[in-house]
Amino acid sequence: MRRVAIRGLLSRKLRSALTAFAIILGVAMVSGTLVLTDTIEKAFDSIFSSSYAQTDAVVSGKKLVEWSQTGKATVSPDLLRRVQALPEVEAAAGTILDMSGDSNQAKILDRDGEAIQGNNPTFGLGVDPGDETFNPFRLVEGDWASGPNEVVIDLGTADAEGFRVGEQVQVAGEGPVRSFTLAGIVRFGDVDSLGGATIALFDVATARQVLDKTGFDAVAVAARDNVSAERLIDAIGVALPDSVEVKTGSEQAAEDGEGVGEFVTFIRYFLLAFGGIALFVGAFVIFNTLSITVAQRTKELATLRTLGASRRQVLRSVVLEGAILGVVASAVGLGFGVLIAKGLTALMRAVGLELPQASMVFATRTAVAAMLTGTIVTLVASVWPAVRATRISPISAVREGGMVVKKPSRKTLVIGLVLSALSVAGLVNGTLGNDVSALVRVLGIAGGVLGLFIGIALIAPRLIRPLARLVGLPGARLGGTAGRLAQQNAIRDPGRTASTAAALMIGLTLVSFVAVFGKALLASDESNLRKQLGTSHVITSQSGWDTVPVGAGEAAAGAAGVELASSIRGDRAQLTGGGEVDVSGVDPATIGRAYNFEWIEGSEAALASLASGGAVVREGLELPGGGKAGVGDRIGFLTPAGKRVETVVHGVYEKHGDLDQLLGQVVLSQAAFDRSFPRPADLLTLVQADSTAGLEHALVAYPDAKLQTGEAFIASWTKWLTDVMSLFYVLLALSVIVSLFGMVNTLVLAVFERTRELGMLRAVGMTRRQVRRMIRHEAVVTSLIGAALGLPLGVALGALVTQSLSQYGVSFSLPVVPLVAFVVVAIVAGIAAAVLPARRASRLNVLEALQYE
Amino acid sequence: MNAVLELQQPAGIEARTVVAAQDLTRTYGAGETAVAALRGVSLEIPRGHLTAVMGPSGSGKSTLMHILAGLDKPTSGTVEIDDVEITTLRDNELTKLRRRHIGFVFQFFNLLPMLSAEENITLPLSISGAKIEREWLEELLDATGLADRRRHRPAELSGGQQQRVAVARALVSRPTVLFADEPTGNLDSQTSAEILGLLRGAVETYGQTTVMVTHDPKAATIADRVLFLADGLIVKELGRSSQAEILETLAEVGR
Repeated sequence: MRRVAIRGLLSRKLRSALTAFAIILGVAMVSGTLVLTDTIEKAFDSIFSSSYAQTDAVVSGKKLVEWSQTGKATVSPDLLRRVQALPEVEAAAGTILDMSGDSNQAKILDRDGEAIQGNNPTFGLGVDPGDETFNPFRLVEGDWASGPNEVVIDLGTADAEGFRVGEQVQVAGEGPVRSFTLAGIVRFGDVDSLGGATIALFDVATARQVLDKTGFDAVAVAARDNVSAERLIDAIGVALPDSVEVKTGSEQAAEDGEGVGEFVTFIRYFLLAFGGIALFVGAFVIFNTLSITVAQRTKELATLRTLGASRRQVLRSVVLEGAILGVVASAVGLGFGVLIAKGLTALMRAVGLELPQASMVFATRTAVAAMLTGTIVTLVASVWPAVRATRISPISAVREGGMVVKKPSRKTLVIGLVLSALSVAGLVNGTLGNDVSALVRVLGIAGGVLGLFIGIALIAPRLIRPLARLVGLPGARLGGTAGRLAQQNAIRDPGRTASTAAALMIGLTLVSFVAVFGKALLASDESNLRKQLGTSHVITSQSGWDTVPVGAGEAAAGAAGVELASSIRGDRAQLTGGGEVDVSGVDPATIGRAYNFEWIEGSEAALASLASGGAVVREGLELPGGGKAGVGDRIGFLTPAGKRVETVVHGVYEKHGDLDQLLGQVVLSQAAFDRSFPRPADLLTLVQADSTAGLEHALVAYPDAKLQTGEAFIASWTKWLTDVMSLFYVLLALSVIVSLFGMVNTLVLAVFERTRELGMLRAVGMTRRQVRRMIRHEAVVTSLIGAALGLPLGVALGALVTQSLSQYGVSFSLPVVPLVAFVVVAIVAGIAAAVLPARRASRLNVLEALQYE
Repeated sequence: MNAVLELQQPAGIEARTVVAAQDLTRTYGAGETAVAALRGVSLEIPRGHLTAVMGPSGSGKSTLMHILAGLDKPTSGTVEIDDVEITTLRDNELTKLRRRHIGFVFQFFNLLPMLSAEENITLPLSISGAKIEREWLEELLDATGLADRRRHRPAELSGGQQQRVAVARALVSRPTVLFADEPTGNLDSQTSAEILGLLRGAVETYGQTTVMVTHDPKAATIADRVLFLADGLIVKELGRSSQAEILETLAEVGR
């Protein structure tokens, strides 16, 4: 019996290959994701560990707040001197080499005077020329930067822009753009690429000046020969200030990598989710193909039974077929993973997420995970067809006539209805229910969607007739007899058409959901930003999320034609007894005219109190003791610089939406902000101006400052949403492609099954072209059934979720253009799926086809 | 073998040749393993006649019919249907020719299971985009006794009824020639007789030129002329004959 399974697979090569592809793609996505994220992780690891390669101990500011915009507490020159004086210390140097946050940013300008920038970091770092010990860079050409007028840049940037040693290069740090002499070109440790990041390297003193820093990021320490790392750390640890800590080099590297590690983990699970969806769709395809194969082999299997094969042996032979298919497909998918990893890199670059890469990491875990998921999914999908195969009775071997098309069974319908009802209940409870725990919500939504897919696939056979009649109408009108026959072919075996269409339905449901939900979020985000913004123009950094030197806002305020310019500083802080919050520093005199406050408590007068150290807070700020902050409440927070700030709430302003906000939860005066945070820097400057000529002129010295009209600003600030939507579309395309293979498979099998019919049709006058049209129409009918199931389902899910978010101002509206586009995609998918089967059908030899049994 | 013209004509029908074959040969394979299915067959099928082709299996009778109907190409020789040389036609032209000139009845009925009896009958017309003449269709349905079964699907019809649908389908486009390939091969004797009656009736009533390949001597009794093939050649020819005569000739040529 084993030989029967293997021979069977080999004799049905095309079918086996097409079936395998359904699994290959899903497995490739899983292995590609793991390869990619491992590679990124390794690259970051090596970036951070090369930073501290020769370093026994690192004295650095504590990371008090995650994702701070202005950096963390610095180490003072005074402390450096004290460390250098310790008897255990061989050498110690102050460095500005922190690449883990956004604080060390300096833009290099290209020859046209534009800042070089993807969405990638633009590091400005400092290392002293004589410092061989702690310097992670290697000189490729020229010399180290020395003195206030020299800079060194990374090899990648130098190559890309054609900069040569000795020429002048413009760099903008936390101040106006300045010109430096290019002293040399470096590369970073062993890393191939820093993912498009640029590096401008100065000596330490110049770096501090360019970056507007008071101390060092860290003091790197090397121990004397027979001093252990523990002794060194103990010795340094005595009498360190509160905001500073000492760690071994590797501990520091690990800490620097932490934030990045979390990010990479998030990307890993995010991408794996799409691999999972593709595998789920693949399972449908496998199930469908094996079911058809079993049905077509009825006679063969029955003959085996008459020859004495037991039910168990029949079961085993079908499951074995699935197992072999699963193992082979998983192995191939594993290999394809490398290609997918490259594709994903390109995809992420396209949405502005360029990440550094080292040489490709192929962990054992990747192979195990890919092989297991692929094989298990295939096996699970083959169980039911195998069980069905055991129900074939030996008598079928001698029974005349071809396959009997079974009516969809009542039991399946009932199970489908019950499952769908339960899923909808879970979904409604998960989205709209009150007092539901997060776990129940997630289970309700995820389980509900999954259950709904299966439930609808079970009900679908009953829907095929009316749906085919509906979606086949244009084809039947346009395609003549071929179109009409196609429509009827599609409903011949409703179960088969249903599960083929259901596979496509899954992908189309998810993209429709993304379209609905994304449109709702986008609309609400835009309208909320519109409500907040009170000026004609906005200045941001080129990327939108970096900070802009304070000088840019000041220059704007003084420019001709400017009526009003109000800068908003921004950073994060740790609320005493609470979580992290965004803190803004505003100009109390102008902010009231630039930002549309709507007061829930207090009034416009609260803004005046900012000047005397007060604060206003956004509605909903949670107090440590519970409850929401109101006028008169005291709040305290710790800044990334390690300073504690205590203040009193003078006003509570209404929040507009939950996505993009111009102001933080806590708003202080700029004076108070600048005193407590590592470094003053603006996130935004809101500008009211009649003409922009003067403004543009004033901003020439700040190449990273980007002046936009209010509407353009809103569009660019909400662009991340469209980017995320595009990313979803592309990743979901994978599962649509998987279902396409299923469609090709079903059609090839159908052509094979209807060989004699096709022969007859050709004999009575059907041309090859008509045959092709007939197959094509059948494919399009099937894919349109997929769309007819998927689109409404996706829209319904989207409506449900937007409804559940209505309290946040998210409202449902139908994304007509994307939905029409998805229908077109479905039609094109059907046409593409039909190419191969249609060609096969049209090339059949009429005579042989007529004699085919 | 030039006895064609000596055949008696059914009264009132012009004896014009509608299918003419010249020196047909058909070889399968090449080299030493080559098998010659036809080794030089010439014949003419006159309008309004029912010609039966008989012979032992392997005699080449099916190959001959396939070539005459344009489903297969001869290795050498020519076939003309209604004065059109068909062996050089391309697939598309051949398909169009089949639409206009040829009707088929197969041994295994070959109906589309998802279409009703009536839809199966009109299938050739709808494929070619021709108009369905209601009267003609009703007449065919009456003649085949299917009028009250027109909405039934093939699975709901008996074997005989299915073959009657197939005959009606072959007649619906009023083809120049109707080819029947073992039309009774899959039927019991009772239903065989019905189908043979139908085919003969079409000849009598509509002057339907028909070529029937069969190995059933009883079936051949309805033919105006019986051609006997053996080893790829026409070896004998009879006019309208009884079952006994045919059996005798078969035994003779089979030797």
